[in-house]
Amino acid sequence: MTIPTSSIEQVIPGQGSMAQPEAGKPAKAKRQRFLFLSNRKAAAGLIILGIYIVLAIIGPWIAPFDPGARGEDLMQGPSSEHWMGTTHLGQDVYSQLLVGTRSVIFVGFLAGIVATLLSVIIGVTAGYVGGKTDEVLSALSNVFLVIPALPLIIIVTSIMENAGEWVVALVIGFTSWSWNARVLRAQTLSLRRRDYVEAARATGERSGRIITFELLPNLTAVIASGFVGTVIFAVLSEITLAFIGITSSNTWNWGTILFWAQGQQALARSAWWWFVPAGLAIAILGTALSLINFAIDEFVSPRLRSAGKTKIKTNSGRTVRMRIGFTPVLSNSPEPITHASPIPVVDHNGATPVVRKEHAS
Amino acid sequence: MRFFLQRVAFYLFTAWAAITLNFFIPRLIPGDPVQALITKYQGQLSTKAIESLYVLFGIDKNGNVWSEYVEYWKQLFAGDLGLSFAFFPTPVSEVLSDSILWTLMLVGVTTILSFVIGTGLGVLAGWRRGSWTDGLLPVTTFFSSVPYFWLGIIAIYLLTGPDSFFPSGGGAEVGLVPAFDMYFIPSAIQHSLLPALTILISSVSGWILSMRNMMVTVSSEDYITVAHAKGLPERRVALGYAARNALLPNVSGFALSLGFIVGGTFLVEIVFSYPGIGFQLFQALGANDYPLMQGIFLIITISVLVANLLADVVYLFLDPRTRKEG
Amino acid sequence: MSAPVLEIKNLNVGYGLGDQGVRAVRDVNLTLHRGEVLGLAGESGSGKSTLAYGLTRLLAPPGVVTGGQVIYHPAEGEPYDVLGLSDERLRKFRWAETAIVFQGAMNSLNPVHKISVQLTDVLRAHEPKMSETSRLARAREMLKLVGIAADRMDAYPHQLSGGMRQRVMIGMALILQPQVVIMDEPTTALDVVMQRQILGQLIELRERLGFSVIFITHDLSLLVEFSDRIAIMYGGRIVEEAPAAAIYRDALHPYSKGLLGSFPALRGPRRELTGIPGSPPDLKGMPSGCSFHPRCPKAFDPCAGNIPVLGRPGTGDGRTRSVACWLHPTEEPVG
Ligand SMILES: Nc1ncnc2c1ncn2[C@@H]1O[C@H](COP(=O)(O)OP(=O)(O)O)[C@@H](O)[C@H]1O
Ligand SMILES: [Mg+2]
Repeated sequence: MTIPTSSIEQVIPGQGSMAQPEAGKPAKAKRQRFLFLSNRKAAAGLIILGIYIVLAIIGPWIAPFDPGARGEDLMQGPSSEHWMGTTHLGQDVYSQLLVGTRSVIFVGFLAGIVATLLSVIIGVTAGYVGGKTDEVLSALSNVFLVIPALPLIIIVTSIMENAGEWVVALVIGFTSWSWNARVLRAQTLSLRRRDYVEAARATGERSGRIITFELLPNLTAVIASGFVGTVIFAVLSEITLAFIGITSSNTWNWGTILFWAQGQQALARSAWWWFVPAGLAIAILGTALSLINFAIDEFVSPRLRSAGKTKIKTNSGRTVRMRIGFTPVLSNSPEPITHASPIPVVDHNGATPVVRKEHAS
Repeated sequence: MRFFLQRVAFYLFTAWAAITLNFFIPRLIPGDPVQALITKYQGQLSTKAIESLYVLFGIDKNGNVWSEYVEYWKQLFAGDLGLSFAFFPTPVSEVLSDSILWTLMLVGVTTILSFVIGTGLGVLAGWRRGSWTDGLLPVTTFFSSVPYFWLGIIAIYLLTGPDSFFPSGGGAEVGLVPAFDMYFIPSAIQHSLLPALTILISSVSGWILSMRNMMVTVSSEDYITVAHAKGLPERRVALGYAARNALLPNVSGFALSLGFIVGGTFLVEIVFSYPGIGFQLFQALGANDYPLMQGIFLIITISVLVANLLADVVYLFLDPRTRKEG
Repeated sequence: MSAPVLEIKNLNVGYGLGDQGVRAVRDVNLTLHRGEVLGLAGESGSGKSTLAYGLTRLLAPPGVVTGGQVIYHPAEGEPYDVLGLSDERLRKFRWAETAIVFQGAMNSLNPVHKISVQLTDVLRAHEPKMSETSRLARAREMLKLVGIAADRMDAYPHQLSGGMRQRVMIGMALILQPQVVIMDEPTTALDVVMQRQILGQLIELRERLGFSVIFITHDLSLLVEFSDRIAIMYGGRIVEEAPAAAIYRDALHPYSKGLLGSFPALRGPRRELTGIPGSPPDLKGMPSGCSFHPRCPKAFDPCAGNIPVLGRPGTGDGRTRSVACWLHPTEEPVG
């Protein structure tokens, strides 16, 4: 449903040098991790995601109504009692949305974790071990990559009667690891050629140790980005499955709301309050997750970082734009900026050399 | 050439894997629903049709899986995908051939259009970094996070109605016979505008973003500085040097994302009751029409593989490195 | 000495603005004369590339030229300031008057276009009236000049070896017969044999075609051999400038002496390799006064206080050289 947009996912054979993690020794990585949080996109994305997670936990408790309970007011627009209006049965849409958050977050994260674990195991093994193992694992991930995931998920879940959240999450997780595995394989390959990894291998360090202490810390950003991407995909898939009515309708999620809205002609009856909030909830969650991924991207390949100020003023008061190929010229004056002193003719033979101050480094 | 043959071999392998998967998935179904359906249509089914369904679903628990597998392949090559339950007694292959053209026209054309437009805008946004195009980014991020089908619902809600130019669903005016004539074609185009626009708006953002990022990455390559130093016109540097190189990963990304995109566009067909493969899938789901589902999965997979192969050919032309290595 | 072709006057180039900004090239004065090879040496990070890219406005953001002039003397007509040109005129100026061979020569060629395309698109941009056949003929001629068979015209960059790509770049630099060719560490990625072969070829071409060269490297011994004059850079400033032989024989600035000691000379008497203790200065926290003084074995009272001006020393050959060092009293500042 979503096209992966992150550029670290654009790891293509022969283009692997693009968007590599900075040569990151753990100490440097730690400082950068802190920097990551100061990225505005990351902060905004994480805050929104945090709100969703909190709602997923407390949603069912703070919901004013039982989402399935029928009420007196049928198909009513937003009111002080029903903030987001009611359904054809008088159910409270706001409560349905709140209660549904838990299922969405649960499936998204569970599928994300399953897919991430699979992709790390398969991708890193393929990249690190190489040879025949690599060929087999790469072929496997490529097959999974080109087989259209959503139709497969739809068919598999429809065959399992009334699939619940766990089943849905697992099916999504098991079918959507391949992209990340591919990216991780490429990254592992390029990391393996780095000096310090070569050195560790040469000194006979155990593979397990090298992978855990040398490779994985440097793959964190890529793994995180893959996880976030899978969560987006899983959330959209779960909602799609519920929307076309093939998963269990006992649990509420945003897709279930849309399923009922679509089935009950909410459109024809102009009941916009019924289908707009759920869609917006998805879009905002998706935007937050994409923002986190952009931030990871910028963190991994600094070229993408916004250049800060792009318009600058010259000394004569004109505004010029910073751009590649034409460096801005602030001043054309041939005068020196710092004033150097002419050197007087002194008899320096008699001068005592000063003791040089050692740098504190 | 070697690159090309390798890819063909890979796609054949993938097709084999998908077909085998397709063979085994139904075997996971507890026998009852299919058995029940067969029983329901008992009188209307020929013995041959029943046999073919047995091969498809492995209901005959005493049957030897291997011989069923061989039988399954034979059926496939004969173009026999079983009978559709939802459109009983039409064969699945017939149902599919009726709907595939609709999907190809809608999804195929809009996907390519979306790639072209998105890539173009991405070139602009990446090259004129820091200009107004950066303001596009938050908007595109939001739109790429909206589910396709929800955008379709909103489009129907806002833009269709009794007096609207846009019909709210269907593939063409009811009653028109599909043909290349002056009645059908304009009506079909009119009906496809809104679904096409929906797909376009929600998928174009992804291409804008990825092309922009590739442009930014490529722009700091040495050969771009050289192009500037050579005093080449801005257009030549932006297109012939930067965009030309940034396009390569985007084309492979296009091939790889097809599987994702196709899934999303099917939902649009469902929302608009557009008579393509996705809408058929929806109807098959409602009627527990397993033969049709299987057939649809097969045809989607094969279309995606063919599209991938085409994208590979394009890549082959674009990147001399792959061309000469083989 | 012959007439100047490029005069750099108090050029200042930095990265970023305001508090985050650093000054990578500081008040540099340098004159390139017609037909000469001017070597520019200094440790890595001393600002050589920044100077080369800054003077043609090729630095990518966050690079900014914060002040100065680059006066170019065309073969005919009045001199003009390159930094004051409009974008359109600058585009015409580039490559036709001043061509550059870059540090990352390996990545200087566009991987998706044939060599012939990359050679001829210069001609297409600068000489639009030229016919396609004569463009191709000219491109072939340039390849021959740098010793590459004409059948490589249709090759893609990945099909050429590193040395060949570098030659293609040199051929490309000469295709419009510019007066000035700037070469930024053009051979660092190549092995030693290839380096000297290509440099030898370049010097020979220079004698034939009569262009001037600014040759940048951190390897002073290469310069001593191939250049006419040498300028030494440290911490974004020129600290010494003199004829190559004078630098080799008796460098005045302690930093130049240190640099000479860091490389084995290829010809002439062997010297002891001493190197320079300490590390290059941090642009954010430049030492006061002469920026070299914390590492300088001869530092004394005035060094930490004031920045020494680049001027003519009072030595016998003082008219042909300049130095910025408190040990060498100046009689007249340059620039
Ligand atoms: N993009 C940049 N941003 C900030 N500082 C930079 C940038 N590029 C180079 N520098 C700094 O400018 C100084 C000069 O660099 P450079 O001109 O590349 O040196 P050289 O070519 O002599 O090795 C170095 O200290 C370097 O750290
Ligand atoms: Mg340099």
